[in-house]
Amino acid sequence: MYGWLFRHLPGPLWARIIIALALIAGIVILLFRVIFPWFSDILELSDPTIGTLIRL
Amino acid sequence: MDSSDTPRRARRRPKTKARKITFLGVFGELLMTFGLLAALFVVWEFWWTGVEADAVQDQAVNQFIQEISPTTPTDQEPAPADPEENLGDSEDPEDFGTIPVAGDPAPGQTFGIVYIPRFGEDYTRPLAEGTGRNVLDTLGLGRYPSSGMPGEVGNFAVAGHRQTYGAVLDNIHTLVPGDKIYVQTADGFYTYVYRNTEIVLPARADVLLPVPTEPDAVPEERILTLTSCNPMFGEQERIIAYSTLDSWQPLSAGAPDEIADQVAALLEEG
Repeated sequence: MYGWLFRHLPGPLWARIIIALALIAGIVILLFRVIFPWFSDILELSDPTIGTLIRL
Repeated sequence: MDSSDTPRRARRRPKTKARKITFLGVFGELLMTFGLLAALFVVWEFWWTGVEADAVQDQAVNQFIQEISPTTPTDQEPAPADPEENLGDSEDPEDFGTIPVAGDPAPGQTFGIVYIPRFGEDYTRPLAEGTGRNVLDTLGLGRYPSSGMPGEVGNFAVAGHRQTYGAVLDNIHTLVPGDKIYVQTADGFYTYVYRNTEIVLPARADVLLPVPTEPDAVPEERILTLTSCNPMFGEQERIIAYSTLDSWQPLSAGAPDEIADQVAALLEEG
């Protein structure tokens, strides 16, 4: 799948490597800024507060 | 992803020995992708949230320092709202008159700075109002709005993350009875002395009562309660650290000795 994607990127090898790295960077940024915060809200992994009524 | 390109590319290179795309191959790659995503999530949760929160907290501390010292950080100015204060007696920390108690801050407002030397010489964290995630995930330490203010008779309770988002209370279990916890507000420095820790279940809101865990008792002590997650990397329980107020001194009397260097460094930065 990824091999197929890589072979179908435009340009010579060096350009495809750069494009692939840029794509990966973009995905990581999207994950860090949008998807992980959203997922973390759902998970409620680290709530340090106490009691139920106190939560805002 | 590059669907627009796909037909053209496919046509142009029909001769390339096309590796076959098999169901198992794609399935395997998806599994590996999922594993990478999970690892990346851990990196984000335990490292990146801290990077972001530390930046916000540093800025909040500097901004607060500037707000409360618009005139001068030296001991020229009399302390605000304290008529009984005696500037001549700065050697005696007990003699600054009545302990001021500020009104409730606005939600999300940084209204103080917390210094805990046990957590490191550079442990300087902002203290903000509220315990919603909007506060705890960025500014770090949040006051329970239902609890008291610094210096108030009763319980001044603060929540903070243990492992993520700056991990402001990651070393809460290393406190030793007698450790000082300094809270600086616009009024002065409140020095609390750590007393004990207990570990409770998350529903035990009674640790926030004016006299913790005693609903009908009349408060006499000035208590600081820190709450955080327990165990580390989990939230099945809460770790609660109690401290009692030892002394108060106005900003004009300078910082307590133990944190004087820290405060001076902050003032220079700001």
